[in-house]
Amino acid sequence: MDAAQALADLTEISSQIEAAVLFEDDATVVGSTLSDAPAAEAFARAAAKLLADAAAFRSSDVGVTQLEASTQEGSVFVVRDETRLIAATTGPSPTVGLVFYDLKSALRGAAAGEAQSAKPKPRPRRKKEPLDGEA
Amino acid sequence: MAKRKFLGVLGFGTGLFAGSVFYRRSTGRRRDRVDVYFDDGSMMSLVDGSPEAEKLLPVARDLIAAVRR
Repeated sequence: MDAAQALADLTEISSQIEAAVLFEDDATVVGSTLSDAPAAEAFARAAAKLLADAAAFRSSDVGVTQLEASTQEGSVFVVRDETRLIAATTGPSPTVGLVFYDLKSALRGAAAGEAQSAKPKPRPRRKKEPLDGEA
Repeated sequence: MAKRKFLGVLGFGTGLFAGSVFYRRSTGRRRDRVDVYFDDGSMMSLVDGSPEAEKLLPVARDLIAAVRR
């Protein structure tokens, strides 16, 4: 499953999610449900800023794993794993635990898909040729 | 007779109070907030009006508005 497939599954499973963007630490977009590429990039940059600003509130060297910003208009979710982040928006009063679960599943799905495609394909077995004395 | 009347009034008052609490909870305006979860397992809830939330909530509102545009 690649990033696009993971995001497609996410929006199909979770009707609460309006938009989602999968991106790298440096806000490089890996996949997005937004059709507009510059909008997806701006979304990723803003979500990365949210996480960085939230991390700055702690004096110790502790990282932020996830965040939910809840407003009257809707909510913004940002979740990170070791290498990537996913950010999504929902309508007002979402089922928070369920959205976090779905976002983590999408992150895992995208990572697993990449690992699968990065694996070297096994070489096709060559048919054993009969030795001279055989047959 | 007076005791029954007193219990009736008390029951009515309790019901009225419970009803008003339920109504306020279900229709009351939720405050905007940001919940931040850290990798050491701790969590921080920043409510609207705090200096920290004032920094994060505008970014979140912009994101939501941008998606719906």
